[in-house]
Amino acid sequence: MAMIEFKNVSKWYGKFQVLKDCTTNVEKGEVIVVCGPSGSGKSTLIKCVNGLEPFQQGELMVNGQSVGSKETNLPKLRAKIGMVFQNFELFPHMSVIANLNLAQVKVLGRSEAEATEKSRALLTRVGLIDHAPKFPGQLSGGQQQRVAIARALAMDPIAMLFDEPTSALDPEMINEVLDVMVELAQEGMTMMVVTHEMGFARKVANRVIFMDRGEIVDDASKDDFFGTTRSERVQLFLSKILHH
Amino acid sequence: MDFSFLSEPAFSGGGTYFDWVLTGIKWTMLVSLCAWVIAFTVGSVLGILRTTNVIWLRGPATAYVELFRNIPLLVHMFIWYFVMPEMVPKALGTWMKTGMPMPEFWSAVFALGFYTASRVAEQVRSGIQSIPRGQTNAALATGLTMPQVYRHVLLPMGYRIVVPPLTSEFLTIFKNSSVALTIGVLELTAQARTISEYTFRTFEIFTLATVVYVVITLAVVVLMQYVETRIRVPGYIGTGR
Repeated sequence: MAMIEFKNVSKWYGKFQVLKDCTTNVEKGEVIVVCGPSGSGKSTLIKCVNGLEPFQQGELMVNGQSVGSKETNLPKLRAKIGMVFQNFELFPHMSVIANLNLAQVKVLGRSEAEATEKSRALLTRVGLIDHAPKFPGQLSGGQQQRVAIARALAMDPIAMLFDEPTSALDPEMINEVLDVMVELAQEGMTMMVVTHEMGFARKVANRVIFMDRGEIVDDASKDDFFGTTRSERVQLFLSKILHH
Repeated sequence: MDFSFLSEPAFSGGGTYFDWVLTGIKWTMLVSLCAWVIAFTVGSVLGILRTTNVIWLRGPATAYVELFRNIPLLVHMFIWYFVMPEMVPKALGTWMKTGMPMPEFWSAVFALGFYTASRVAEQVRSGIQSIPRGQTNAALATGLTMPQVYRHVLLPMGYRIVVPPLTSEFLTIFKNSSVALTIGVLELTAQARTISEYTFRTFEIFTLATVVYVVITLAVVVLMQYVETRIRVPGYIGTGR
């Protein structure tokens, strides 16, 4: 059984169809990179996985549970799936450590001490333990994103979703975030990553999904995606983002 | 200007005219603070309800706001004082007219409180809605339920954002409390008017009343500046440092 399984998922905003019959799956331990031009539905697709975006047709199974089903306890499901956002979305009024502790205490029911221990270990891992008492506004973008990754990992997720995690970062900060993600991938974390960082895809992805206008146009192993001749649409896209 | 009349024995009540001023200050403070408690609690609840996407919560809250903020405060006072006893069941109405202690005081508190609540509601709503959708998504993604998202993410930031307009609203309630004189609450402005009628020291007594209002409101401003400093988020855009 796949960890994440899309079966003909379709979604509309009013009359406009943003996802068309999307079918794919993510096995346990796999790293899937989702790319495509802006407005192609990548972010929407990934947000369907934890129910942040509802969809109208098709079925989406995560860890054996149907996301679209009314019976599914969404908060419980979401607690098992970490998510990292383009704009970090740390809670500005809480210190870094409090950001990591919040859901551990409120959702998992860990004690404050237990949560803090876990949080400190993760902050050490992403190289930010010295910043634990600071507030998000006092950190650089790259640091904030690493905190956001640590916040997601604090929940001991079975899979991680990344929604353009480096798009809002200054170029010199992209690598510090990618390094953390690469390490995570190499440890066997199941990951679904929306990104234009093809270097990251080359390094750790198992498969690359290419989307255009709400459709999954290409879904290929990394070697096939970068190695063999793809459709004209994919070639055009790659030539645009691989100019250096 | 000669303020010596303040120490003269007042026309009635046994004290001096200065005692009348103190009584006025007492009622101004009582009406305003009691009304603020109502305005802040009811306004917060309404403001939060207006941000939910549950129509049967949002709808009534919207209706309340549009009804209460579009009626002049003076009319609110008259409705609570003169009309309400006639609209409620007869026994209750009779009690309100004859048995209830300090009917004009409570009418003023309810009128001012429920009117100001409609304004507080809009400020709370704008605070919550100014927080980007991404914050809610991030909080939900960690497994928090919607009420928890409000409690731990949206409200702490939302209230911080609207401290400045809420300060204005808190100041306004002290000034608006003077409207209570129309239904017979002997608050500061009413006392000043009465004293002026007995002593013809119109200029002096209204100067004094003005100074008292300014002192009260400046105290509120200082208090709210302290609150603002205490809750300031380090490094957050818009807090100025």
